[in-house]
Amino acid sequence: MSDAAERVDITCTVNGEQRRVAAYPMARLLDVLREEMRLTGTKEGCGEGECGACAILLNGAIVNSCLVPAIEADGADIRTIEGIAKGEDLHAVQSAFLECGGAQCGICTPGMIIAAVSLLERHPHPTEEEVREGLSGNLCRCTGYQRIFAAVVRACELTSAKRVPAR
Amino acid sequence: MDEKYFGHSVPRKEGRDKVTGRAQYVDDLTFPDMLHGVTVRSSIARGRIRGIHFGEGIPWSDFTIVTAADIPGKNEIALIEHDQPCLAAELIHHPEEPIVLLAHPDRYLLEEARRAVQIDVEPLPAVFSIEDSLAKRPVIFGDDNIFKSYRVEKGDVDSAWAQADVIVEGEYRTGAQEQLYIENQGMIAKASPEDGVTVWGSLQCPYYVHKALVVLFGLSSEKIRVIQAETGGGFGGKEEYPSMIAAHAALLAWKSGKPVKIVYDRAEDMVATTKRHPSRTRHRTGVTREGKLVAMDIDFVIDGGAYATLSAVVLSRGTIHAAGPYVCPNVRIRSQAVATNAPPHGAFRGFGAPQSIFALERHLDQVARAVNLTPEEFRRRNFIRKRQTTATGQIVGEDVNLGALLDRAFRESDYDAKRERFARENPSATVKRGIGFSSFMHGAGFTGSGEVYLASVVEIEATKEGTVRVLAASTEIGQGTNTIFSQIAAEALGIGYDRIEIVRPDTGAVPNSGPTVASRTSMVVGKLVEEAALELKRKLLESGLLCDACTEDEFARACRRYIETRGPLRARSQYEPPPGLRWDDATYSGDAYGAYAWAVYVAEVAVDTVTFEARVTDFVAVQEVGKVIHPVLAAGQIEGGVAQAIGLALYENVAWREGRMANGQMTNYIMPTAMDVPPIRVFFEEQPYPFGPHGAKGIGELPMDGPAPAILNAIENATGVSVNEIPATPEVLMEAMTSKAGVLV
Repeated sequence: MSDAAERVDITCTVNGEQRRVAAYPMARLLDVLREEMRLTGTKEGCGEGECGACAILLNGAIVNSCLVPAIEADGADIRTIEGIAKGEDLHAVQSAFLECGGAQCGICTPGMIIAAVSLLERHPHPTEEEVREGLSGNLCRCTGYQRIFAAVVRACELTSAKRVPAR
Repeated sequence: MDEKYFGHSVPRKEGRDKVTGRAQYVDDLTFPDMLHGVTVRSSIARGRIRGIHFGEGIPWSDFTIVTAADIPGKNEIALIEHDQPCLAAELIHHPEEPIVLLAHPDRYLLEEARRAVQIDVEPLPAVFSIEDSLAKRPVIFGDDNIFKSYRVEKGDVDSAWAQADVIVEGEYRTGAQEQLYIENQGMIAKASPEDGVTVWGSLQCPYYVHKALVVLFGLSSEKIRVIQAETGGGFGGKEEYPSMIAAHAALLAWKSGKPVKIVYDRAEDMVATTKRHPSRTRHRTGVTREGKLVAMDIDFVIDGGAYATLSAVVLSRGTIHAAGPYVCPNVRIRSQAVATNAPPHGAFRGFGAPQSIFALERHLDQVARAVNLTPEEFRRRNFIRKRQTTATGQIVGEDVNLGALLDRAFRESDYDAKRERFARENPSATVKRGIGFSSFMHGAGFTGSGEVYLASVVEIEATKEGTVRVLAASTEIGQGTNTIFSQIAAEALGIGYDRIEIVRPDTGAVPNSGPTVASRTSMVVGKLVEEAALELKRKLLESGLLCDACTEDEFARACRRYIETRGPLRARSQYEPPPGLRWDDATYSGDAYGAYAWAVYVAEVAVDTVTFEARVTDFVAVQEVGKVIHPVLAAGQIEGGVAQAIGLALYENVAWREGRMANGQMTNYIMPTAMDVPPIRVFFEEQPYPFGPHGAKGIGELPMDGPAPAILNAIENATGVSVNEIPATPEVLMEAMTSKAGVLV
């Protein structure tokens, strides 16, 4: 960023952890996450909000972090792909992606998983149309999406199974 | 079967890293003191460089600046021909030609600096179409603009026309297509005269990059090291172009003495790197009244762009696949790759075959109509069978049964009933429905004597802990190399899948198992993995340290004792051609490929007569691929290829302006999204191929070949309009479907 702006302190919660960074207010949140915080799981695919590889959850809503100015993150609660698993315990969506072949080259996968997690938080039992719509902001060039759809359905099953009380 | 891993969908080897965001792609890597690099390019398609001006207001002394004069060795990107410079020194041949490189620690300042460099160019007349290139308007390469031409002759086409009752002619065109891997291309280099050059990057073929850097720096091969980072898709787009970016990053690192990272943004990646070759195919086909092919005369031309790069090889594959899986006694295929002033076109999944197969499979629907047969009945009468000969004179040794594939594809897609229903419903419908198909084959591995020339090598090494490392240059780019190789090695050694480690491709550590291209990784290199693993096991058995049916613990103990008493436990295998394969490069005849995958694909479409949008509403892909090693990965390959080919058929339009891509953004270059893909239903028939690992054949490119003609055949079924160019965008369909007055025809 040029000299025209001064860095400002930005305080936010990232994956449950309080973080403070000095960043240019109009820097892309994507760059702040990747470069200042070294959270490189969030990817850049297009830099113009088309591909969804940089998707994160900002205050619970899915956003393309390449389009979000860093200053918007001040005071925000952020979840990135690094915060989706609990330690070594994978989220149901992650397990389902592994089982169903939802990840091939893997570059769209973090954003796609964020989109799927976001979708299932809004619609725990989505219809096929809701799945397609929910993932339509995330481009994948490897899979033809079929196995990603299957992974979302499988994640619902895994989540429901977990909810059934043990007898 | 008692196989433990073959045919089972084990978890992807590097899957956990990918779903947790831990996988490290090139842009995720960083080095202390690292600079960023950018490329200053021409903006003019053809011309002579008069000067380079560094504008005001930039602290140029803080920048590392590289031009052609800084290249220590030869100014070329070595590949097949050595005609493409690394940096243009005098002449410019396309509008994205790299001329100056800049490096600086601050990416933002670097971008300002890039814009402040002015290249003063004296423009020269340029060529932007196949027609102008063939007409030598003007000559821009050699004395005729032809990079390469082939001629395939079978029988006697000229005298065969007399036997034909009907002759059908047609012309077919396919556009450029961007690979559009979601990870943009990038490289990081460290370089110095003492330590040589090391690069890390997103790439398919480590030894291609290695070869290019050896020539560029004039260093001995052990001074150059190429390491693959996790790679976010390739599809051919990371076959040859990574050599260019590696060269640029390495030159900046060499001059600055610091590590340099060049990662393209999406716009630069789309406009500057390679795309699928645009093509024009002309068919002249003679048939009898009974619907038997008697003569096929095919003229196939591809636009190679400004430098030869891989065009000769792309042309070769397109040529060999141009006559398809049909038997015809008289075939002539003439083909040419021509020069234009666009950036060089390059490898893209299918490699010329999708272009020539599109033409053939569209054309055969026209031929069928001319002899009053249904498309399926016409094809059934001409399908090639075992012991019959292809256009290149290859006698089919496989027990191919395309009729059975067609039967299954029609059953799964409910083809007959849908044809009937659509014919009934369409006259009164605004959205017209249609169904169409294509039948085709794709040869796996390098063409002709290519695999013999590559002479690929794989090594396997056991550790004292009883784990086994596979050493190969074959890259994981999403298609599943790591997983497939692990399955093969585990099965051959009788140990657990988790006991296999795939060593990251690094030219300093792995032998050259050839490039990761041409649907060859599972079939050809996988076979080498199997042979090396069996050799390693044989060594252990012969040492007496291991009995045949061993447990994993016994295997580990045997490895430890072997290594402690005899030294390293390694085995190596090198490619040997299957017996009896023969190929003649001079006449372009013989056994073009060791094996083919065979397929029939059915597409169902809906064409909106108000918006002229076509959508694919259902898709059935039936193929015979030898034995399936991993059902989930194999189906994933087919589904992904079909989706890319739907893009090729309907959406993906490169808008050219004087050799330059004008729509280099995901906003206006449209690839299929989750909303655009139909259910893609994949079915495998399995006939083991004796020379593939466990009978497997290559499948990576196959699914790119068939969808486009099936979709356009379906559009014709829906609308009655014959559209012979792709992408069939709404503009193209409107043009075809409306008369001059703008009403539906």
